[in-house]
Amino acid sequence: MNVRSILWNGVLKDNPVFVLVLGMCPTLATTTSAINGLSMGLATTVVLSLSNVAISLLASSIPDKVRIPSYIVVIASFVTIVDLLMSAYLNTPGPDGGASLYEQLGIFIPLIVVNCIVLGRAEAFASRNAPLPSLFDGIGIGLGFAASLTLLGSVRELLGNGSVFGISLLPESAHMLLFVLAPGAFIVLGYLMALFNRFLKK
Amino acid sequence: MGKNASSLSRLMIPLLSVCLVASVLLGLAYTVTLKPKADAGLARQLQSIQAVLPRFDNNPFEEQYSVPSVDGGDSLACFPASLDGKPVGVAVRTWSALGYSGMIRLMVGFDAQGNIFDISVLEQKETPGLGAKMVLPEFRGQFKGRNPGSEPLKVRKDGGDIDAITAATISSRAFADAVRRAYESYFQDKKQSER
Repeated sequence: MNVRSILWNGVLKDNPVFVLVLGMCPTLATTTSAINGLSMGLATTVVLSLSNVAISLLASSIPDKVRIPSYIVVIASFVTIVDLLMSAYLNTPGPDGGASLYEQLGIFIPLIVVNCIVLGRAEAFASRNAPLPSLFDGIGIGLGFAASLTLLGSVRELLGNGSVFGISLLPESAHMLLFVLAPGAFIVLGYLMALFNRFLKK
Repeated sequence: MGKNASSLSRLMIPLLSVCLVASVLLGLAYTVTLKPKADAGLARQLQSIQAVLPRFDNNPFEEQYSVPSVDGGDSLACFPASLDGKPVGVAVRTWSALGYSGMIRLMVGFDAQGNIFDISVLEQKETPGLGAKMVLPEFRGQFKGRNPGSEPLKVRKDGGDIDAITAATISSRAFADAVRRAYESYFQDKKQSER
C-alpha cells in the first residue's frame, strides 16, 4: 500500500462522514460554523493519528481479551492531552468578549473518546498494520473527517449566517436561521451525502 | 488454579502497563498546561472586567468579594475598581436562570454613580442567531449609561423600554433579570455595610 492511496482512501472512498456515516454526534452538533467544523476535525485528526500509531505499536503485545480496554485507555489519554492543550492555548476569547474556540467546542472535545471513528480505525486498521501506514491512515481518515466537517460548517454558516469563516458574504435578509439550528444540520448533511456519493460513484 | 492465575497476570500486566504509561503522560500534560491554563482563565476574567469599567489601575481580583443574591441562589462576585485610590466603579459577575437554555452569566460594570457603564456576556447557551445575539452591542448597548435603581430596565413586553431581541423575548428578559440582580444585590449589600 502506498501513502497516497491510504490518504485518499480516508478522504474519499472511506470518508467517515459521507460514506461510513460514523461520528454523527460531533458532525451534527459542532458544525454551526466553518471554523468550528475545521477545529473539531483537526482535533479528531490529531487524536486519530496518535492513537493509530500507539495502537499499532502495542497491538502485538496486548492479549485479545483486554484489547478494547487498552485501546480505550490509549485513546482517552490522547483526547485528554488534546483537551488540556486546547484549554491552555486556544482559550482566548473571541472578538466582543464572545466564547473562545475551546468553549464553543465544549463537551465535544472530551467526547472524541467515544467517537466510533477512532476506535473503529484502531480495530480495523491500526491493530493489523505497521505504525507508518497506521499514521497515514489516521491522517487520511482524520483529514476526510475534517474536510467534511468544514464543508458542512461552511454551508450551514453561509446559509444560516451569511458568512464563511466569519467573512460576511450575504446580506441579513438572506439569512436562513434554520441552517444554524439542529434541523439544518440534518438537512445539509443529507444533501451533501447524496451529492458526495453521486460523484463518487462516477 | 495455577494456570488461571498465570493467565490472569498475562492479561493484567499489559493492561496495567498501558494504564501506567498513560497516567505518566497525562500527569506530564497536566503539569505543562497548568500555568497557561490558569493564565488564560485570569486573562479572560481581567479582560471581561476591563471591558465593562472605566479605566482603573488597581487589581480588582485581589479586592474581590462576594455578595448574597437578593432573591436566593448563588452569590455574586464583585470586583471593585479604583484609579489613583479613588473608586471608579465596580464590576459584578451576575447570572440569570431564566434563559432559554441554561444559565446566563454576565459581567455588569457600574460606575461610581451606580449607572451601568457596560455589560459583557461571560456565558450563554441561547439559540444561535436568536437569543445568542445578546452578545452584540445593538442589544446590550441599550443598557449603557442607565441606572437600574431609578428606572426599571425591562423589555417592552414587561412594561419597560428595552427592545427585546427579535424572536428572543425569553433570552432578553433573562438578560434584564441578570442586570437587575447585579444592581439590587450589590447596592443592598452596600447599604447594609454602610449602616
